[in-house]
Amino acid sequence: MAKPAAIVGQIILYSAFAAFIGYFATAPTYKQIPDDVALIKLSMSHLGGRECRKRTAEELAKLPPNMRAPLECPRGRSDIKLVLELDGKPMFETVMHPTGLSKDGVSTVYKRFEVKAGDYQISVKMNDNLVNPGFNYVKEAQVTLKPAQVLVIDFNPDKGGLFFQ
Amino acid sequence: MAKWLTGASVTEPPDVILLSSLRGNAQTLFERIENFFDAFFGGTDNPLRHLGALGLYFLWILVATGLYLYTVLDTGIEGVYNSIGYLSREQWYLGGILRSLHRYASDAFVLVMMLHLVREWAYGRYYGFRLYSWVTGVPLIWLAYVSGIGGYWIVWDRMAQFSAIATTELLDWLPFFNGATARNFLAPDTINDRFFTVLVFIHLIVPLLLLLGLWAHVNRISRVDFLPSRRVMLATLISFLALALIRPALSEAPANLALVATDLPLDWFILFIHPLADITSPAAVWTLVFGATILLFALPFLPHPKAQPIAVVDAANCNGCSRCHADCPYEAITMTIHPDKPGHKIAVVDPDLCASCGICAGACPSSTPFRSQEKLVTGIDMPQQPVDVMRQQLEAQLAKLGGATKLVVFGCDQGVDVRGLAAADTAAISLICTGMLPPSFIEYALRSGVDGIVVTGCREGGCDFRLGMEWTQERLAHQREPHLRNLVPQDRLRLVYASRSEGEQLAAMVKEFKTQLATRLVTSNRPPAYSRRKIHHG
Repeated sequence: MAKPAAIVGQIILYSAFAAFIGYFATAPTYKQIPDDVALIKLSMSHLGGRECRKRTAEELAKLPPNMRAPLECPRGRSDIKLVLELDGKPMFETVMHPTGLSKDGVSTVYKRFEVKAGDYQISVKMNDNLVNPGFNYVKEAQVTLKPAQVLVIDFNPDKGGLFFQ
Repeated sequence: MAKWLTGASVTEPPDVILLSSLRGNAQTLFERIENFFDAFFGGTDNPLRHLGALGLYFLWILVATGLYLYTVLDTGIEGVYNSIGYLSREQWYLGGILRSLHRYASDAFVLVMMLHLVREWAYGRYYGFRLYSWVTGVPLIWLAYVSGIGGYWIVWDRMAQFSAIATTELLDWLPFFNGATARNFLAPDTINDRFFTVLVFIHLIVPLLLLLGLWAHVNRISRVDFLPSRRVMLATLISFLALALIRPALSEAPANLALVATDLPLDWFILFIHPLADITSPAAVWTLVFGATILLFALPFLPHPKAQPIAVVDAANCNGCSRCHADCPYEAITMTIHPDKPGHKIAVVDPDLCASCGICAGACPSSTPFRSQEKLVTGIDMPQQPVDVMRQQLEAQLAKLGGATKLVVFGCDQGVDVRGLAAADTAAISLICTGMLPPSFIEYALRSGVDGIVVTGCREGGCDFRLGMEWTQERLAHQREPHLRNLVPQDRLRLVYASRSEGEQLAAMVKEFKTQLATRLVTSNRPPAYSRRKIHHG
């Protein structure tokens, strides 16, 4: 091929390479959720409860002095039951299992739900010790979700249990 | 169909033939595109023929620009965004351009890496002696993506937020991560300065591992193409600079975990995995990712054409000259002390590394047909096509040649099938690789009454055994031993670069050369006639 034609061809091919790189480095635009949608993230990591028994005075006396803990607790933790309701309708329900070979680790959940932006009555109930009936943690609130807003539902005993953020 | 069955004979099992057929189609496609590019770039400057070297060059651009970005980066939670943003806004002429180069070189790196992978598969370069290079290449894809995705997080803008959340949600699907990783990005107060320190550390360590992996990847081949030609380097750099000026890499708005990062100008080369997870599921993505990885590792162990016999050294005829050692493209030959000749060395072939290309036989000074022995035994030879058989083939075909203008075509099994060119006045001999041709065979044919010689092999940069055509060209141009002797006139010799699919072009060139010889456009005299004296050894 004649040199000028080859040079023109090279310019065209390198320009096509640059255009390909330049275009797909930033386009097409990705829209993760529609414009009028908000996100509810239900995420918590919590150690389930366990049933401890108080040792009797005789039992304590039999133990070496350095091991006389007043309570005898099993290593394993309870499953945690969690219910999320939106406007009174069940949205998500799960039983979280403790991690670890001995089931002594935290129970974790992470779920995200896309909902239309607007007003909602949100209710979260949790029972972290299934030996007991019902729910020992409940959080209910009326919330207004704006488009693209992320509402986090989390649990922190230091913040009073279940909370919205 | 037969044209596509690269390397597989009809006696192979059906699954081998199917795999070869699939590969053959891909190879034909690559060859056609490469040939098209050759018309503009030539073989040496054709980027498609140097994808590995091009990838390494892009990696060096990434390292150089990354070092600058590292020096100005403030790893505080707000500082990280501001310090990078400052480069694009206030220091666009240096830091901004370097940042853009970093971005575009990383995209180009991913692109050429994937093209390199598919091309090597298409050409069947993944099993046998190439198994090591293939297997060591697979983890590099993971490292490249880990590094690329992590690099996007450092800016801590909306894109980083999107990628960080999407990645951790993907990781959380794996049992090991236990569903708690994405909690690190729940709310604005869950991120702290230490996160970016760790992130920068990872973004330095992973590319270092990538470089280490690349060293292992090319460890078993000699004369590694570490960099493409200067023209290719300059042209791609200019392309990146043009992109940096026309479409500079900029940060999105600062990350805000209270809002979903949407409408993102996504980098589809690196971050495509996130939309893929969105439209499918983490389970589907991990199945795809792990499945592809396992398939790539398993590919060399799936049915494929049988390995060819490796080179064999004949101790009595090896004089320890080391030319085979110097010419082997895969470092399969080492030199050691000769067991029978004090003070001499002998070549030793490593069976695991030998590509069975025969380039060593072409390099051996003993591979000359002028030797008088009835059975020509050379220092290093290929059992499937010994030099002695080559001489017998040549002599038998020369004896049958007729016509006014006689021609010999030496070709290569990996390129155009030259046997189709055989005619009453044309002898055609196909070798394992053109690099297997000792130049003395050319002289021998001319002195036996042939008017012209055509030597053909793969296009520049396209040699199936990497260096076969390069060494042949140098040997014929008296630049490499064993060289073609000066008494052979160069105008009676044609060296033709042609890929597998260019049979018609080669035939046309052969015809044209024959016409030149017949019409006496070739003015030189043939070298003096020679008739081999034959000695029978008991």
